[in-house]
Amino acid sequence: MDEMDAIIGEFLVESYENLDQLDLDLVKLEQNPKETSILASIFRTIHTIKGTCGFLGFSKLESIAHVGENLLSKLRDGELTLNPTSTSALLAMVDAIRQILDCLENERNEGNVDYSKLVETLTRLQNGESVEVSEIDPAAAKTASTETVAEETPEPVAEETPEPVAEETPAVAEEPEVAEVVAEATPEPVSEDDDSTVEVEQRGKDRREGDPVKEAEHLAQHGERREESQRRQSEPQKSGGGVADTSIRVDVSLLDTLMNLVGELVLARNQILQYAPESRDSNFQTTTQHLNLVTSELQESVMKTRMQPIGNIWSKYPRIVRDLSISCGKKVRLEMQGKETELDKTLIEAIKDPLTHIVRNSVDHGIESAEVRAERGKPEEGVLLLRAFHEGGQVNIEIIDDGGGINPDKIKEKALSKGLITKEQAARMSNREFVNLIFAPGFSTAEKITNVSGRGVGMDVVRTNIEKIGGTVDIQSVYGKGTTLKVKIPLTLAIIPALTVATGGGRYAIPQVNLLELVRLDGAQAATKIEKIQDTPVYRLRGRLLPLVYLHKELGVEKVDKTDVINIVVLQADDRHFGLVVEAINDTEEIVVKPLGQQVKNISAYSGATIMGDGNVALILDVMGLAHKARVISQTQAKMRSETHGDGASKEGDRQTLLIIGLGGQRMAIPLSKVARLEEFNRKNIEHSGDQEVVQYRGEIMPLIYVGSLLGTSSGEAESREELHAVVYTRNNKSVALVVDQICDIVEENIKVKKSGSRHGVMGTIVVQNQVTDMLDIEKVILSVDPTFFNEEVAGLLEGN
Amino acid sequence: MADATQFCTFYLNKHFFGIEVEKVQEVFRYQEMTPIPLAPPTIKGLINLRGQIITAIDLRKRLQMPDRPDGELPMNVVIRTPGGAVSLLVDEIGDVLEMSLDDYEPPPDTIEGIARDLVRGVYKLEGTLLLILDTTKTIDFGEPVNA
Repeated sequence: MDEMDAIIGEFLVESYENLDQLDLDLVKLEQNPKETSILASIFRTIHTIKGTCGFLGFSKLESIAHVGENLLSKLRDGELTLNPTSTSALLAMVDAIRQILDCLENERNEGNVDYSKLVETLTRLQNGESVEVSEIDPAAAKTASTETVAEETPEPVAEETPEPVAEETPAVAEEPEVAEVVAEATPEPVSEDDDSTVEVEQRGKDRREGDPVKEAEHLAQHGERREESQRRQSEPQKSGGGVADTSIRVDVSLLDTLMNLVGELVLARNQILQYAPESRDSNFQTTTQHLNLVTSELQESVMKTRMQPIGNIWSKYPRIVRDLSISCGKKVRLEMQGKETELDKTLIEAIKDPLTHIVRNSVDHGIESAEVRAERGKPEEGVLLLRAFHEGGQVNIEIIDDGGGINPDKIKEKALSKGLITKEQAARMSNREFVNLIFAPGFSTAEKITNVSGRGVGMDVVRTNIEKIGGTVDIQSVYGKGTTLKVKIPLTLAIIPALTVATGGGRYAIPQVNLLELVRLDGAQAATKIEKIQDTPVYRLRGRLLPLVYLHKELGVEKVDKTDVINIVVLQADDRHFGLVVEAINDTEEIVVKPLGQQVKNISAYSGATIMGDGNVALILDVMGLAHKARVISQTQAKMRSETHGDGASKEGDRQTLLIIGLGGQRMAIPLSKVARLEEFNRKNIEHSGDQEVVQYRGEIMPLIYVGSLLGTSSGEAESREELHAVVYTRNNKSVALVVDQICDIVEENIKVKKSGSRHGVMGTIVVQNQVTDMLDIEKVILSVDPTFFNEEVAGLLEGN
Repeated sequence: MADATQFCTFYLNKHFFGIEVEKVQEVFRYQEMTPIPLAPPTIKGLINLRGQIITAIDLRKRLQMPDRPDGELPMNVVIRTPGGAVSLLVDEIGDVLEMSLDDYEPPPDTIEGIARDLVRGVYKLEGTLLLILDTTKTIDFGEPVNA
């Protein structure tokens, strides 16, 4: 009966609230008898109680509420006017209801008090008969009730009151165990209530015979009420279905306030965390830990309250796509995946328009008409796929169509004719870059402007709007095959992880989303590794040039730190990478983003401010803004591509992420999926097991394999160095470390094995970053050293065979 | 006293200024602030006011007065604005004065410099004048700050 208890509990809480309001309302009404809105509110309250207790099987309560309601309805309709007698009677009714509720709460039944007199009084009042004041004195009712309770007299329900529910379940009056009654009554709550409603209607008819207009009105009201009571029922029923708590409507502004407060709490927590290690009080330390945990959980829960499935905005797309495809004379099927992917409500609002625009664009420009599709050998019906999923703390939304794709040449032509790019720039640009030009302001390739899209505003606005909320948008298109738009947005805006750095005596926060890696150069390295092209400093990061931006120069502050250590924060802005040189790198912290005042809002280098653990304010760097300011982004030649240089080649082959290693001056590639970890070992830690060099690694003994000497490409470098770079390969809880000369890079490439392997341990040869690279056959290499490595795996799987 | 208004008063370079008391959220002593590189010099920095981040505007700079002598710490007068609270840095805080409209005069046309735009009116006191700041104009720097 726990579920029932929960429902009754809810009913009690709600009813108490309503009754308190009722008391106030009734008194107010007495002072202002003409105020129909108060009367209507009272009527609704009583009606609600009646409906719910009818459903719960509290017949006595219902009978009282029922007559009260009848009286109120007459008052409301103006058939009767409120006089002190009826007010007292209604107040007595409120008291009686409260009494029963008390009884329900304490004893789980409606109690044995006889309310027939009250019911009679109310009925007489409703019929316009006069009633002696003494009869309805609420105080008298109370005394009577205490007496009767003491005597424990079983109570027949007043005869003249129509009692549909009581008639059906006569046990209620006599049965002290309400729990059982409820159990009996609940299986058919709806029918019960329906009966009672019908009954009410009949009664209404009886009383109002000869007044057809009133009758119609009355019926109309009852129709309304029936709806209301059904709605009432559906709520507790839902909760009875297994979930103990029901949902409630909450004002979004309240959630915002809550979020802000949690933000404050996070700040306070950060502050305390900073002091905790200094304290020797172990109690304080444990409490701090606890506070830390609770705060994190609270933060998560509050965030969840603001989360909404993306399906909420997608739900209107089928209609949009349908209308649009009909007006364009196309056949488009809309598919959606990951509707349930959740993100913050403010973000949902923010991406609504950009997404709609993209969808419209895809239907209008992307997908071809049925005839064209047929000509091109595609199915007549185009497919527009919307996909949403979480990845790396971000929400990814992809809009994929199998339409005509974007013709890079056309874009080039257009961009040149509009003067968006110069010929020199065009010569250097890849197809991918051309395609991304559609995001440039003032660009539109539509040959004819439709009413849907193609006015040259649009994609740049889409991009701006998405970037405004810290997101990115990327487009990939294969001419003739289709277009994929990838939108990445953060889960939430309010609290984000960030790296804090220091420069010129100030502290700045860099959102983790933009962060790729950290590079530290000290001593001789610092002096030599930074090279200059004209006056632009660059750093060779794993063989590729990384443009450097000095934060203190960009911000125009004096450098404080005079040491020669150089800290480079490698950042990503758009698909370009650049290194931000800062004086010190502090820590990562959850920060609460606060907006800047209007006087400083326009400084593009900052996206907001936050309060640090020590209570001071730190500015949050806007990486995009900084990149623009330092002109990292606008210079196409400064772009460091994270993808292939080859243009059309990216159409074929599987896209794979590869780890590039150096072996005796050669580059080799290993699929990243086969790499468990990258480790560095000190030679000191190497031990021997027979002939095999091993290290202790995470509680097991891991053999070392010198890939270089094995393949005969060794320069002897790996064997002699103090620090060993190793690629850890793990299979079936067994690990092996492949020692290499160098860990060069991780790249995402379209793998197209150009030449199959001829040498031992080489799977094949591919072209990565325009360089011929051998693909390491990692399994073969391991086998050649430890022929049992995989055998045992099989044996293990076959349970010791 | 229907035409009387209360003003929160303060001193700036020995001048006596006032802001309608209902526009003032609070007044507090000097607090550490975080400077904002690239911001115009008028903006002194950001202050953490009980978890709220507010911008501090140096009123001396705003009114094109000479800088505060070294070692003298400014006080904060936090005013409410439609864009959130803003702190005005002043030399010293005065009393809250109730002024009668009888003593009011619009600023004389001969006032020079930026004060002409920012001073909304003058109340004549014994021995001194109370200059009423137009807070909306004071915190509005017109052209967006370009960095």
